Amino acid sequence: MAEFFHMGGYAFYVWMSFGISALVLLVNFLQPLLKHRQALREAEDYYSEV
Amino acid sequence: MRGFFYLIKRDLTLAFRRRGEATNSLVFFGLVVLLFPIGIGASEKLLSEVAPGLIWIAALLATMLSLDNLFKEDFQDGTLEQWALSEHSLVSFAWARLFSHWVITAVPLIIVAPLFAISLSLPAEAIWVLVLSLLLGTPLLIFIGGIGVALTTGLKKSSMLLPLLVLPFYIPVLIFGASAVEVTAGGWSAAGQLYVLGALFVLGIALAPFAVASALKVSVSQ
Amino acid sequence: MNIIAKWYYRLGAPNWFYPLAGKMIPWVAAIFVALLIPGLYMGLVTAPADYQQGESFRIMYVHVPAAWLSMFVYAAMAIAAVVALVWRVRMAEIMIISSAPIGASFAFIALITGSLWGKPMWGAWWVWDARLTSELILFFIYLGIFALYNAIEDKQTAGKAMSILTLVGVINLPIIHYSVVWWNTLHQAATVSKFDTPSIHIDMLIPLLLMAAAFQFLYLLLLLMKMRANLLEQDLASGWVKKIVFERQKNLKK
Repeated sequence: MAEFFHMGGYAFYVWMSFGISALVLLVNFLQPLLKHRQALREAEDYYSEV
Repeated sequence: MRGFFYLIKRDLTLAFRRRGEATNSLVFFGLVVLLFPIGIGASEKLLSEVAPGLIWIAALLATMLSLDNLFKEDFQDGTLEQWALSEHSLVSFAWARLFSHWVITAVPLIIVAPLFAISLSLPAEAIWVLVLSLLLGTPLLIFIGGIGVALTTGLKKSSMLLPLLVLPFYIPVLIFGASAVEVTAGGWSAAGQLYVLGALFVLGIALAPFAVASALKVSVSQ
Repeated sequence: MNIIAKWYYRLGAPNWFYPLAGKMIPWVAAIFVALLIPGLYMGLVTAPADYQQGESFRIMYVHVPAAWLSMFVYAAMAIAAVVALVWRVRMAEIMIISSAPIGASFAFIALITGSLWGKPMWGAWWVWDARLTSELILFFIYLGIFALYNAIEDKQTAGKAMSILTLVGVINLPIIHYSVVWWNTLHQAATVSKFDTPSIHIDMLIPLLLMAAAFQFLYLLLLLMKMRANLLEQDLASGWVKKIVFERQKNLKK
């Protein structure tokens, strides 16, 4: 297992690559979730006032 | 067609009466060239090595910045709207505007470029190629840049947007323009680079006005 | 009404697209996970180490799919731009503006992982080779499209302006790419595109294709989510949003 994480001495480069990619994609995933929720809330406010 | 020549004549007359505006980009060009020896050192060998790219980048930036107000006045005073409504096509309007802008801002720049080239100790034989590459390249810069200006014409503040839209598309022009001069300075033939630049020139002159016209139409309808 | 015209009107109608996309999202997400897990496992564990690059070649399993997708997303945007300009379909504009940040993210990932791969292989964080430079230019073009849309307040104008810019970009991208290749040919040649004589081992290729397929579905997933969010935000005052809000409140009361 330790050998797997060691990546033949390239651990930093390999795990940084996968980590940064995962982070960027996670932001892309969360952004529309939050935006959708906010838009829905705004719509509810808008129609409750009408 | 009559409207087309009328437009060019009008623009040239206007520019001639307001020479200050046209000289601004020339002064900018000179200042940028001046900055480099100060920034990287005045060694003659180093300067002659970077001179082709340097002059080309300075010309590119000067041309791009000169574009900023290309359609703004026509947009604000309603000229653009009248053209869009009239029987004349916006394509010929765009062509005329871009062409007269080239005459006003780029031609003086091409004329003084050899002086700066000499000051950066570019070999004499490369100077002719520099002039030729600028003759082919600057219209392209203006025609491609015109698309970006047309897209941002209706905006109130667009100063940082234009470079972002336009600079990526300037890269092929810069690559072949600067390379033509560099190769000549190194003692080889620049025919290949100049042919490619010529091909891009024809392509850009033919296609860009259509993009400019449709972008203007979008800006006007706003 | 013939079938094509029917689909054309339906796809252009947000009240039809919004719930459909909502129904599709869990399925697309499931397929993405189903492709990602074996892809990651095979890529990181079972694929044999490269005899030249050692374990560092595993970076390929995010770098290459991200680079492919960064180009694929632009191609999809260009098609949508034609649809938006010729048939004036607003949904195509929403698709472009939802795609641009995803494409930029893929380009960004390709750049960062390329740099992380380049350090142990070439000995430098950044090498001005043709592919990395083209990718960087593509990244800036994505940013330009996104910035233009957000700078123009009237979204109808913004959508058209952005579509024109996208098309100008698709004409220019090949020219830019070949100029940059001509400018500098230093990188290793494309190894995967020639399938008849694969120069990459099959055990390495399968996880790569799995990851590429997973990224494809990830793009679809993110695209649907972003399109839904953008539609809801822009159409706040329109009838279909009103209907959705009231139906939601009815369900909540039950």
